[in-house]
Amino acid sequence: MAGTTIDVTAPPEDGGTAPAAAGTGAGARARRLLGRRPGRAGGGGPRTRGTRRSRSWWQPGVVFGLVIGLWYLVSVYYDRVVELSWVVPYPHQVLHEMVLNPAFRGPLLDDLLQTTIVTATGLGVAVLIGGVWAVLMSQARWLEQSLYPYAVILQTIPILAIVPLIGTIFGYEFTSRAIVTVMIALFPLVSNTLFGLQSVDRAHRELFRLQGAGRWTTLAKLQFPAALPAIFVGLRTAAGLAVIGAIVGDQFFQRGTPGLGVLIQVSNQRLNGPGTYAAILTASLLGVAVFLLFGLIGRLAIGKWFDFS
Amino acid sequence: MSTMVGAEDVDERPAADVLLDFRDVAMQFPDGTRALTGVDLTVARGEFVSVVGPSGCGKSTLLRIASGLERASAGTTSVAAERIGYVFQDATLLPWRTVRRNVELLAELHRMPKDERATRTAAALDLVGLTGFEKHLPRQLSGGMKMRVSLARSLTLDPELFLFDEPFGALDEITRERLNDELLRLFVDQGFAGLFITHSVAEAVYLSTTVVVMSGRPGSIVGTFRVPFATPRDPDIRFTAEYAALVGEISHALREAHS
Repeated sequence: MAGTTIDVTAPPEDGGTAPAAAGTGAGARARRLLGRRPGRAGGGGPRTRGTRRSRSWWQPGVVFGLVIGLWYLVSVYYDRVVELSWVVPYPHQVLHEMVLNPAFRGPLLDDLLQTTIVTATGLGVAVLIGGVWAVLMSQARWLEQSLYPYAVILQTIPILAIVPLIGTIFGYEFTSRAIVTVMIALFPLVSNTLFGLQSVDRAHRELFRLQGAGRWTTLAKLQFPAALPAIFVGLRTAAGLAVIGAIVGDQFFQRGTPGLGVLIQVSNQRLNGPGTYAAILTASLLGVAVFLLFGLIGRLAIGKWFDFS
Repeated sequence: MSTMVGAEDVDERPAADVLLDFRDVAMQFPDGTRALTGVDLTVARGEFVSVVGPSGCGKSTLLRIASGLERASAGTTSVAAERIGYVFQDATLLPWRTVRRNVELLAELHRMPKDERATRTAAALDLVGLTGFEKHLPRQLSGGMKMRVSLARSLTLDPELFLFDEPFGALDEITRERLNDELLRLFVDQGFAGLFITHSVAEAVYLSTTVVVMSGRPGSIVGTFRVPFATPRDPDIRFTAEYAALVGEISHALREAHS
C-alpha cells in the first residue's frame, strides 16, 4: 500500500463526495487527478465499524448479577419454603458440580466431548448437503420450485414424530444422533445459502454475462463470494441448532457413547439438581461457543469487505 | 456552425470503419411496452456518439441491444467491434476484490495468461491514475475513484467500441467534469469508438463528435448533431460562446421532442 491512506469517514455509497486524502505513495499524478489534498490523512488504513463499537462491560455485568441474584431468590424459595432444594439448586452448588467435583466433572467432560463430536459431524454433513441443495436450486427456477418444498417440510415436520422411525432404520447409536442433528441444522443452511446465491446484483450478473462467463465460473467467482455473508449467518444459526440436535438425539438414542443429553436425564432421575443444571449449562455454553466460533470465522473470512457482526 | 445531419450523411464513411450499425431497430418487451422504434444509428472508428434523452426514453435499451444483453425485436443490428467495453451506471465492482483484482476480472474471465493479465492491469490502472491504490478495497474508495476502477477494468480488454450507460450520473459536478476530461483523453490516446448515454447535454457536447437526441417512449432519434470541435479538446471550450450555442440548440431540440 506504500503508505497510502484513505479517509473513509463518509460511507462509500455517497458518490464522489468522500474526502479521501491521497497519501504519499499514490504519486502526484493520481493526487492531481483525484483532486485530493495531501495531509489530513485519515489514520492508518480503513476505519471500519470495529472502532465505533466501543464496548461497555459494566451494564451486561450488572444484568448478569441481577440474573444470578434472581436465581438465588428462587433457590431460597425452593430450599426453605417448598423444601425441594434439588429442583432449583443454588448457583454455587451448580458451579461446584461443574468445576470442582471430580466425580461429576469427569463424566461431564466426557459427555461434552461426545456431544461436540455429534454436533460437529451433524453440522459438517448439513453444510455439505445444504450447500449442494442450495447450489442446485440456484441453477434453475424449476429446480428451486421442485426442491424447496422439501426444505420447508424438513423444517416443519416435528422431529419427535419421526424419531421412532429413525431409530428403527438407523439404530439407536451415533448415526441416528447425527441424523437428528443434520435435520435440525439443515434448514437455515439451505435457505440462507440459497438467498445469498440469489441476491447477486443484476448488473454484476450482466457484467459476467457480457464476458461470456459460464455457469460455474459465475458461481465460483460471483455468486459464491457474494453469498458468503448470508452463508455465515446460516452457519451461525445452524451451529446453535446443531447443539440442540445433538442433545435431543442423545435423549432418544442412548446406546453407545451418548453425550450431555443423557447426563441431563440421568442426573435429573437421580434427583441430582446441581448435576442436572451443570449439564444443561455446559450444553448451553457449547452452543454459545460454536456460535462465537462461526462469528469469528465469518469475520476473518469476510470482515474486510462486509460488516459481519 | 453545428449541422443537423440526416442518416444519409452517416453512410458516407467507409464500411470497414463502421463498428456498430443499427437500421430501423425497434424494441418491444414481452409485456407490450415499446421502448424503441425506427432507430438508425451508426458508430464508426474515431467517433464518440452520445445519446441524450430523458429517463425512460429507451436510451439504455439501445445500449443493452448494442452490447448483446438484449435482442432487438425488429430491424437489423450489426456490431463489427470484437472487443467491446461496457461501463454500467454503477461501478459494479466486486466488494471482496481489491482494486487490482477488480481490474483483472475481465481478463481473468477471458482466460488471459497470468503475466499478460498483470501487465494489462498495471497499464489500465496507470491510464486512470490509480497506480498506488491496487490493494484498496472498493469500500475505501470515493464514487469517482470507483468509476475509474470500472473504466480501467474495461480498458484491460483494449476495446474497439466502448459503451457507456450514464456512467457519471451519480457523481458530483466537479468529479464528473474531471472524469469527462479523463475520458476525452482516453478516447484520444486509446483510439476506441464510444457510444455514450447521458441525460446531460453539456456533457454530451463536451465529450462527443456526434450527439443524438432521442424522443420519449417509444424512443426514436429526432436529431443528430455534429460537434465541430476538434479533439483533443481544451477543457476551456466549455466556456466559449460556440459551445454554449450548440448546447442551447440541442437542449432546444430535446425540449421540442418532449413537449
